Amino acid sequence: MSNAANETGRREMTGAEMVVQALKDNGVEHIFGYPGGAVLPIYDELFQQEDIQHVLVRHEQGAGHAAEGYARSTGKAGVLLVTSGPGATNAVTPLQDALMDSIPLVCISGQVPTTLIGSDAFQECDTVGITRPCTKHNWLVKDVNDLSRIIHEAFHVATTGRPGPVVVDIPKDVQFARGIYTPPQQAPRPSYNPKVQGDMEAIRQAVALMAGAKRPIIYSGGGVVNSGPEASHLLRELVELTGFPITSTLMGLGAYPASGRHWVGMLGMHGTYEANMAMHDCDVMVCLGARFDDRITGRLDAFSPNSKKIHVDIDPSSLNKNVRADIAIRGDVGRVLEDMVRLWRATAKADKAALRPWWETIDRWRARDSLAYKNSDDVIMPQYAIQRLYELTRDRDTYITTEVGQHQMWAAQHYGFEKPNRWMTSGGLGTMGYGLPAALGVQIAHPGALVIDIAGDASVQMTMQEMSTAVQYEAPIKIFILNNQYMGMVRQWQQLLHGNRLSHSYTEAMPDFVLMAKAFGAHGIRCEKPGELDDAIREMIDVRKPVLFDCRVANLANCFPMIPSGKAHNEMLLPDEATDEAVANAIDAKGRELV
Amino acid sequence: MNAQLQPTGSAYFIARETQSAEKHTLSILVDNEPGVLARVIGLFSGRGYNIDSLTVSETEHEAHLSRITIVTRGTPHVLEQIRHQLERIVPVHRVNDLTVIARAMGQERPLERELALVKVRGEGNERVEALRLADAFHAKVSDATTEHFIFEITGKTAKIDQFIAIMQPLGLIEVCRTGVAAMNRGPQGMEA
Repeated sequence: MSNAANETGRREMTGAEMVVQALKDNGVEHIFGYPGGAVLPIYDELFQQEDIQHVLVRHEQGAGHAAEGYARSTGKAGVLLVTSGPGATNAVTPLQDALMDSIPLVCISGQVPTTLIGSDAFQECDTVGITRPCTKHNWLVKDVNDLSRIIHEAFHVATTGRPGPVVVDIPKDVQFARGIYTPPQQAPRPSYNPKVQGDMEAIRQAVALMAGAKRPIIYSGGGVVNSGPEASHLLRELVELTGFPITSTLMGLGAYPASGRHWVGMLGMHGTYEANMAMHDCDVMVCLGARFDDRITGRLDAFSPNSKKIHVDIDPSSLNKNVRADIAIRGDVGRVLEDMVRLWRATAKADKAALRPWWETIDRWRARDSLAYKNSDDVIMPQYAIQRLYELTRDRDTYITTEVGQHQMWAAQHYGFEKPNRWMTSGGLGTMGYGLPAALGVQIAHPGALVIDIAGDASVQMTMQEMSTAVQYEAPIKIFILNNQYMGMVRQWQQLLHGNRLSHSYTEAMPDFVLMAKAFGAHGIRCEKPGELDDAIREMIDVRKPVLFDCRVANLANCFPMIPSGKAHNEMLLPDEATDEAVANAIDAKGRELV
Repeated sequence: MNAQLQPTGSAYFIARETQSAEKHTLSILVDNEPGVLARVIGLFSGRGYNIDSLTVSETEHEAHLSRITIVTRGTPHVLEQIRHQLERIVPVHRVNDLTVIARAMGQERPLERELALVKVRGEGNERVEALRLADAFHAKVSDATTEHFIFEITGKTAKIDQFIAIMQPLGLIEVCRTGVAAMNRGPQGMEA
């Protein structure tokens, strides 16, 4: 393929060859992409090698979300390859999604030849300009001799510090040109040097504060998952040592096991009563790898008013952004946890018995059973569907992705995660259509595993075309559609805020998902009765093909608990209190402006 | 004790701003590469921060470093956010809030200078008056015919504002200003 190599690994080759070589040198085994004129040279090189497997999707957005699912489930960077113009613009949604959720993504895009840039050429767009705000960094490669260095830098930027998406835009003439390939170096650039080790003095103060706490709580987030499996182990160790209750954001589920003794459930807008109350009434809050998002805090001026807050985050712009931290620690949460555990073992003589009154309070809150719902024998309740799915899949290593909406919240509430990297969902951007291609990406990374996308009937139609990809690559993803014939979450908000005027939130012309599955060459299942649900789920798991499971659920179920817009995080609407009147009065004019 | 900071456009509650906005001058050391200025400006516009003035030029040719000087306005909390968001940008080496540093040294503000080219139509009495005022302001005459002058003036922003205001009734035709170039007093440089 390439010319004579010398000892340092520098060789002469074409730009397209460099791309493939650089991907290999960065440990890439799978890429997701779609060809086009501007990337034909790279596709030509991919054809002539076998080390990197390329997965052909049906839409570049699918490639992006598949790469995200791949990244989130493995901890490696996800890679996508798209052509210029519409290829690049179709990748913008997954790039912004990865930016919001801190997922390492490397997007290689083709570009028109350098001589044609700026001339409105065929399939030309200002990729670097369009993706500048939605990436951590991006590059337009003008000289083939910079190409390998830039790709190595791209991987470095995407995977270090706070992970995020990057774009490398490569004009076609650069792909054809010959130049010198350089292998990855150690020290890329002095301006980018993320700090991973936390300040020891601050950590010491934090541990001292934690040792004296009477009503502590640990609030963990996606940063723990991003830091690597070791961070989750250390988190569990810290919880064991301290005896503190622990809650997690949507993005952090699985870092601490749901079956753990100290787990109080997810917190936030649709979190459990005990988690939100504990956050409000605590005296010491330990925030590990989370960013005090508005879905968690509710009304900021009433957020946990009497507590001291310790905030550990790798991104200094997250510290003191929404909420003042009494002790702010900048660093990789895994490294900081290592120091915390060591210090705790050495110095803290915390009295776990002193926490007993706090735990008793928490148990009283737990007794509210805020996730309860009225089950039915005639119609499948969505919460019941998730619970049955969980019971029938918990014995094996299952990966769950979701779309966005009520089903996403119910999945987070009722499916228990024991390990990190098993839960892939679009948190920050809330992209409908994320789950199906993400499940594909997860399945490609873990061919033998059970991968289930919990979807809604509206969301699943957004990226449905990727079922064809799943069939092509024999990726037996299970698309479990909670079909309530509405855009559930939108309908719920319209009911709460807009006098139940359901403007365009009803799924008209609902396709027959069973027939659709057959049309793709996949397997279709429909289930409408609670009594038949278990058998149908077993059928879905056993069939060695991609499955569209149309699970008809109660149409107008609402997702509770809920912190209404503009309310404090201890002013939740609970299922039993959510009468129509209470719900109608829950939000005042101020809150109405906000979502 | 209420631990809340300004809700920065939080979806749940838009409370009234309690801190007052201040004008600060930021000095940003960046790699001189294509797109870095667009990136910095994109951050300001994307996040809704304000740019009152901006200058940029290369400072160290071999090291390919450029210096961007931005005058911006915001509450201390917002300014802190701006600084961290800028430092997060990959080609940015360092962000110094010159106003904060100056105050730490006991001064009100850093050393700031601007340059303006001011074209004034000059005939008769107004011409004489314009020349006299230019002299008082230490402005140079860079171009002149019997019908006009172009004055070149450097100094603090306030001085330039005043000069332009004074030229207004004397036949001001057009003005071209640079942004603010700024630096902290004292021997310390911008440590990278």
